Amino acid sequence: MRIEELREEEFVCGSFACAGCGAILAVRLALKVLGPETVVVTTPSCLLGVTTFYPQLAFKVPCVNVPFPATAAAVSGLVAGLRRKGRENVRVLGIAGDGGTVDIGLQALSGALERGDRFIFLCYDNEAYMNTGGQRSGSTPLGASTATTPVGRGAKGEDRPKKDMLRIVAAHNIPYAASASIGYPADYIRKLEKAVKAGGPAYIQVLTPCPPGWGYRSDLTVHLARLAVQAGQWALAEYEEGAWRVKEVSNPRPVREYWALQKRFAHLLQESGGEG
Amino acid sequence: MIPVLPTPHLSSRTGAWRMLRPVLEAEKCNGCLVCWLFCPEGSIRRENGSVSIDLDYCKGCGICARECPRRALRMVEEASFMGEGGGKLA
Ligand SMILES: Cc1ncc(C[n+]2csc(CCOP(=O)(O)OP(=O)(O)O)c2C)c(N)n1
Ligand code: SF4
Ligand code: SF4
Ligand code: SF4
Ligand SMILES: [Mg+2]
Repeated sequence: MRIEELREEEFVCGSFACAGCGAILAVRLALKVLGPETVVVTTPSCLLGVTTFYPQLAFKVPCVNVPFPATAAAVSGLVAGLRRKGRENVRVLGIAGDGGTVDIGLQALSGALERGDRFIFLCYDNEAYMNTGGQRSGSTPLGASTATTPVGRGAKGEDRPKKDMLRIVAAHNIPYAASASIGYPADYIRKLEKAVKAGGPAYIQVLTPCPPGWGYRSDLTVHLARLAVQAGQWALAEYEEGAWRVKEVSNPRPVREYWALQKRFAHLLQESGGEG
Repeated sequence: MIPVLPTPHLSSRTGAWRMLRPVLEAEKCNGCLVCWLFCPEGSIRRENGSVSIDLDYCKGCGICARECPRRALRMVEEASFMGEGGGKLA
């Protein structure tokens, strides 16, 4: 799908997301690909907070809000109900943040993947629990300073590597799983189209920078989503019919260039005297 | 079609948050739609060969100006417009 072929209609508009929010951009693009015959299921997170802040309701498609661990369980229920009603043409899109996916929503997601229901699960990864003030999650990268992994006397930020959620999901042998970045929209859109066509569960984990949570100016969101890939901090990977494909980085950048633009990594540069 | 709830129920215009306003220099724009694609708020309209900005929900994040390959967008202090244009509280 080329840019010109994307729908003009917006399916999420007027949300209370921060200026430059990567998550809302990822959801906007996803709904442009999926279209109006979609039901969104989401869970406590920035996305829920900023789109359903009554009376400001920002989704134009139906949006079901469920308890934190339950996104994929509710997705399964909707899929079953729509099947019963002969409405299998309606797409069910579960959306959760990284906390709601790799930590708290993992069990329900595993169950839904195992059942083989036909749905798309979109994890927008801003690499922490942002809606509650930026606490670390299983998806926080090594070294990042967060509210619960601060930098200070003897503390050097997150001390565990990022959870490899894509491989956990792929281990369920589902038809399609991919990682994407809003800095590579053509790749992201192509993956969404593949997810739509998959005959069973499809999972996409998209990197969505967060200006206040990562500590950078709002105009850098797309730039950082691109730089994360170029600096080897995020892979554009795809698991399809049992085989992996990873996009090769044609123009690699030094990781310190990525760190230097974000407050959450500032201490790493000080430690290494700016050499990264 | 599935019945769509009568949303969006939008009670306020988030354009009121804006500190910087994107201003288009139309003669530099070649209609590549990069800004349209990346605007998180969907505030840019496609218009035969060019674009226009709907200020009602533009938060002034500056992504469009930063990503425009032709530097056809500039971010200008909102205060210099003396409140004219979109995004005032309804
Ligand atoms: C069972 C339960 N635990 C905790 C919370 C509080 N809570 C609401 S949103 C949120 C953060 C969600 O983080 P994530 O899923 O990464 O989404 P983000 O906010 O980063 O977009 C938390 C902890 C809750 N609503 N329910
Ligand atoms: S805190 Fe981050 S993820 Fe949440 S609305 Fe703001 S920019 Fe988006
Ligand atoms: S990115 Fe720049 S050149 Fe392209 S359509 Fe927008 S304003 Fe015009
Ligand atoms: S400043 Fe941000 S919200 Fe406004 S039109 Fe540009 S990208 Fe969209
Ligand atoms: Mg998060």
